[in-house]
Amino acid sequence: MYKILESEKLADNIYSMIVEAPRVAKHCEPGQFIIAKVDEVSERIPLTICDYDREAGTVRIVFMPIGASTMKMKLLKTGDAFQDFVGPLGRPSDLIGTPVEELKKKSILFIAGGVGTAPVYPQVKWLHEHGVTADAIIGAKTKDLVILEEQFKEVCNLYVTTDDGSYMRKGMVTACLDDLVHKEGKSYDLCIAIGPMIMMKFVCKMTKELGIPTVVSMNPIMVDGTGMCGACRVMVGDEVKFACVDGPEFDGHLIDFDQAMQRQAMYRTEEGRAKLKQEEAETHHGGCGHCGGDE
Amino acid sequence: MADVLKRVPVREQDPAERAKNFEEVCLGYNREEAVEEAVRCLHCKNAKCIQGCPVSINIPDFVAEVKEGNIEKAYQVISESSALPAVCGRVCPQESQCEGKCIRGIKGDPVSIGKLERFVADWAKENGIRPKTAETKLGRKVAVIGAGPAGLTCAGDLAKLGYDVTIFEALHKAGGVLSYGIPEFRLPKSRVVDEEIENVKSLGVKIETNVIIGKSVTIDELLKEEGYEAVFIGSGAGLPMFMGIPGETANGVMSANEFLTRNNLMKAYLDEYDTPIRKGQKVAVVGGGNVAMDAARTALRLGAEVHVIYRRSEAELPARQEEVHHAKEEGIDFQLLTNPTEILVDDKGWVKGIRCIRMELGEPDASGRRRPVEIPDSEFEIEVDTVIMSLGTTPNPLISSTTYGLDVNRRKCIIADEENGKTSKEGVYAGGDAVTGAATVILAMGAGKAAARGIHEYLAAKNDLY
Repeated sequence: MYKILESEKLADNIYSMIVEAPRVAKHCEPGQFIIAKVDEVSERIPLTICDYDREAGTVRIVFMPIGASTMKMKLLKTGDAFQDFVGPLGRPSDLIGTPVEELKKKSILFIAGGVGTAPVYPQVKWLHEHGVTADAIIGAKTKDLVILEEQFKEVCNLYVTTDDGSYMRKGMVTACLDDLVHKEGKSYDLCIAIGPMIMMKFVCKMTKELGIPTVVSMNPIMVDGTGMCGACRVMVGDEVKFACVDGPEFDGHLIDFDQAMQRQAMYRTEEGRAKLKQEEAETHHGGCGHCGGDE
Repeated sequence: MADVLKRVPVREQDPAERAKNFEEVCLGYNREEAVEEAVRCLHCKNAKCIQGCPVSINIPDFVAEVKEGNIEKAYQVISESSALPAVCGRVCPQESQCEGKCIRGIKGDPVSIGKLERFVADWAKENGIRPKTAETKLGRKVAVIGAGPAGLTCAGDLAKLGYDVTIFEALHKAGGVLSYGIPEFRLPKSRVVDEEIENVKSLGVKIETNVIIGKSVTIDELLKEEGYEAVFIGSGAGLPMFMGIPGETANGVMSANEFLTRNNLMKAYLDEYDTPIRKGQKVAVVGGGNVAMDAARTALRLGAEVHVIYRRSEAELPARQEEVHHAKEEGIDFQLLTNPTEILVDDKGWVKGIRCIRMELGEPDASGRRRPVEIPDSEFEIEVDTVIMSLGTTPNPLISSTTYGLDVNRRKCIIADEENGKTSKEGVYAGGDAVTGAATVILAMGAGKAAARGIHEYLAAKNDLY
């Protein structure tokens, strides 16, 4: 069993948990994920790591309940435990293997959307610890859904934007990026975007036009997460890649997002669609035909 | 008087009935039937059946004990050589191993060795008999990677020799392919697999689940930091292969590994489990191995009309005869000498059919099997909403890429000595699908057994040096 040392609701329908998992904490790096399973009958849920403490042997996860198993997950309290918690899975972010001197020369922008803010955090923090200060945009539907703002402020130059303008800037992350580049004189050598598939799609469209290499983190359907089932395959350029062993981070300009969104809908229940509509409605530009944003 | 040339028939669930449930197909022998079948054994002095068994079970001896009604003794004879008799009695390809060599088979039916093994193992379980444990503990630690057939066998053998063995399993449940791959109707999970795992644990083997070697901890750390003196890698096969034909990324196309894992490991066929599965109304399964048969028969039980598409002819089907026979009885359609060329996709991105081409057999290829060649202008379509690809796997790079000094071959399989499982790295042994590529449960067990001997010799010699 993997004990939950701290369970906290970060925002409406966004939950954070610090879990005791020494083997994961010892080896994980920013960009990697874990798989959690609440009990015997639950699904295996892949979640990107939000933070870790090697000495305490703990890992932090942040998630948004969407199906039966994550609904059950959100009910877990401090002191409860996961039956299974395995990782770290996937490859670390490419930043980790890049010489720090090289990173220092780069102007790096992170774009985080919704619950995707969580997996961006360890990367920004890691850069900060290595003397690199990046810019980061956090996008949320509304003020109450902005998460981890204080933590981000300590480790980067932060821009917050809300779709409804209820907090800081108004508009979607792409509008913020457009302003930073075209009105505020910023230029970037690298962008890392993590958030809803549809957000990553439109960020990539824009960064491609701007000529900024962009990395995205894919969170497709998975079962085992260890390279056995092949459910997580994504088209990257004209190659089939498995997100669990080849990813989860890929060159965003090579991803076929429409297909990835379509595959993500494979097991989506009516209940899940309703949740996703709530999550993505404001940031949805229409077109994927599955998340319900254009209904 | 029974005809000694014929084997005692084994009772099975009626095909029409079983096509709708996940209960075990074969019901096995009862005591009377087992004794009657055991009488047919000629107890050959130079027993060919033992040579045919990858783990060299003393078959004539255990069958003789059955004949005398000493079932517990028969169990102890089997468990000297096999850690998983209830599994092997059910899933071994006996026709090409022990039974294939049986002298009785020259003139009539070979002795039903597999069914006898199954009877003995099930009887032992029902009567609470466990394998014998080691008399002395050596206090030396060995790590085994993967709780599948190779790992369980290796661990069991080492524990019997007195080693302190821990198995590290990546999934949340032990058993490997026995848990995630082979379906309930062929290999019951709680009644057979879990019990066999309990037997291995009763020998003193510890199993730590949720540990991915190469990620959660590396082999070098196990050796240098965690005090293990040797490691056996039995991590199994890897990433599923796809055909590379148009339409393969459509919704409704999946690997047999995914389909079977959802159904068997995650128990998606039971309402109380959360994991979903795409049941399909009309399903095409591409491939002709045991995994393809398992996927096809699972899809059938979930309510689909099922077509198996295989590019060679019936004679080349790699699946066990019994599986093909059962699949046909249950009403699965076989499209043999047929190969898919495209998966047809509707405007929402879901599978709506599969286009195939007829094949004929040409000259033998490198595998010795006649190579299938396309027949021009023979394309046709089958209407399906789900396609399950069962084409085999390629090795998982997680361990080989994170273990210093571990050599792999051109196909990325770990290179290990067949005799003793020795790899290029000192103290590290390997066997099973990670070495051979996808094969059978019993071959993996044979490799696990060989590696246990190899590790024992290595550690004994190492001890002498100090």
